Amino acid sequence: MNRRSGTGYTGIPPWIYAIAAAGAVFVLLPLVAMVAKVNWPQFIPLITSESSLTALGLSLRTSAASTAACIVLGVPLALVLARSPFPGQRLLRAFVLLPLVLPPVVGGIALLYTFGRQGLLGRSLELAGIQIAFSTTAVVLAQTFVALPFLVVSLEGALRTAGNKYEAVAATLGARPSTVLRRVTIPLVLPGLASGAVLSFARSLGEFGATLTFAGSLQGVTRTLPLEIYLQRETDADAAVALSLLLVAVAVAVVGLSYRRPRVEAAPEGAFR
Amino acid sequence: MSDPRKHVTALLVAGALTAVLTGCASGTPAVTGSSSAAASASATPALTGTVTVFAAASLKSTFTKLASDFEAKNPGTKVTLNFAGSSDLVTQITQGAPADVFASADTKNMTKLTDAKLVDGAPVNFATNVLEIAVPPSNPASISAFADLAKPGVKVVVCAPQVPCGAATEKVEKATGTTLAPVSEESSVTDVLGKVTSGEADAGLVYVTDVKTAGDKVRGIPFPESDQAVNTYPIATVGTSKNKELAAAFVATVTGSEGQKVLGDAGFGAP
Repeated sequence: MNRRSGTGYTGIPPWIYAIAAAGAVFVLLPLVAMVAKVNWPQFIPLITSESSLTALGLSLRTSAASTAACIVLGVPLALVLARSPFPGQRLLRAFVLLPLVLPPVVGGIALLYTFGRQGLLGRSLELAGIQIAFSTTAVVLAQTFVALPFLVVSLEGALRTAGNKYEAVAATLGARPSTVLRRVTIPLVLPGLASGAVLSFARSLGEFGATLTFAGSLQGVTRTLPLEIYLQRETDADAAVALSLLLVAVAVAVVGLSYRRPRVEAAPEGAFR
Repeated sequence: MSDPRKHVTALLVAGALTAVLTGCASGTPAVTGSSSAAASASATPALTGTVTVFAAASLKSTFTKLASDFEAKNPGTKVTLNFAGSSDLVTQITQGAPADVFASADTKNMTKLTDAKLVDGAPVNFATNVLEIAVPPSNPASISAFADLAKPGVKVVVCAPQVPCGAATEKVEKATGTTLAPVSEESSVTDVLGKVTSGEADAGLVYVTDVKTAGDKVRGIPFPESDQAVNTYPIATVGTSKNKELAAAFVATVTGSEGQKVLGDAGFGAP
């Protein structure tokens, strides 16, 4: 199974490289086209305008918050999925991964009927004095919803790869489960957790559809960078392109940083079965 | 089989990037299979071929009806419709999308196309639309006039000033001296309506025609100040059209008595 390419023989026929190159061009060309469209003399004023900076700040803050929420909710989920077999586990995994393939606008509608004023939980929340619709909390909820699977998938993979040998040894030495989790399991899968968190952050940063459907769009409150781009495009194409490039730069920096280390394990072997 | 985890990792990265990079993609319509129009007499010209109509999203129900009427009346013709925000449509046409007719929800976007020398002849105004307050059927905030929208605690959703319905909202605000504190400024009138029909907002400012289309899901509250911001809808044949005769015939249907009746029934005002 693990025949790694350490022998110098890659086993890749030459024609594969040609198609791989086409694939790379397919992804890179639109980016190049966008860069070519940037109004460079105006670039700095465009991305440092008040509305742009507000949107960027909001995006970074909400993405950080939703990444934290993903860690809090996702780590236990990944542990349960990776460690303890139980009936319905595959079903649970499928549902946890669902936001990966769901159009974000569908996620937004689902959240609306859950946390909205007329929603499943919305009425009780409103009685408790909590209003989620049109608030920054709604943005964080939408981002967490779409980003959670990224963390769960990464961490579950790391947990499965690490195995439970060390945990078993720790337990035989008298460590209680919570101690094993804190002192053995988590340190062991820290790289997987880190890469999962980075992916969640990147996904949150790009969240658009669910936010638009569920949270609305108000400067400084719910209008994140993707929503600002969408709106700017109506009147000022130059601003939209400049902001798009800014978003791409942030995303590339985030994803690039997390994938510098090739040893990071990121996905379960059976995640997509 | 080399390390399968690497593949999944790569997939995830690709997925994350796609997700991040996916802004908003508007669909471009099908191709125009235009053929030579066999025009004979001027009274009842035998029209054939396909006419592609790019129309503002607010024209969806009326133009869908007008298109099927047009096809029924002119056998051998086909009307392909593409609905989107007017500014999206202008962008698509200037980028080379095969449109024969363009119907805009405001004069500003039509001017953009005229400035790009992509309009054949002069645009004709064919309808007007005014704002109306839309509230959920139960009217939870007891809205009865425009000034009520500025009451504290009322959750009002409006269009952002960058889009036509938002520009109209701003005009009304100025004319009435009322300053709204909306909980959200949406980028399309459909999103405003969605927030009202779902009961999230107490009130939204949309067009009269949107309230009519929404049926009993919302209640419309007209207000006299709406005549401060009348939106005019112009229509024109696109300069690059390959079937200008058919395009002109469709424009004539919209501006003629038949089109005016359908538009009037939907709540549009006369130009």
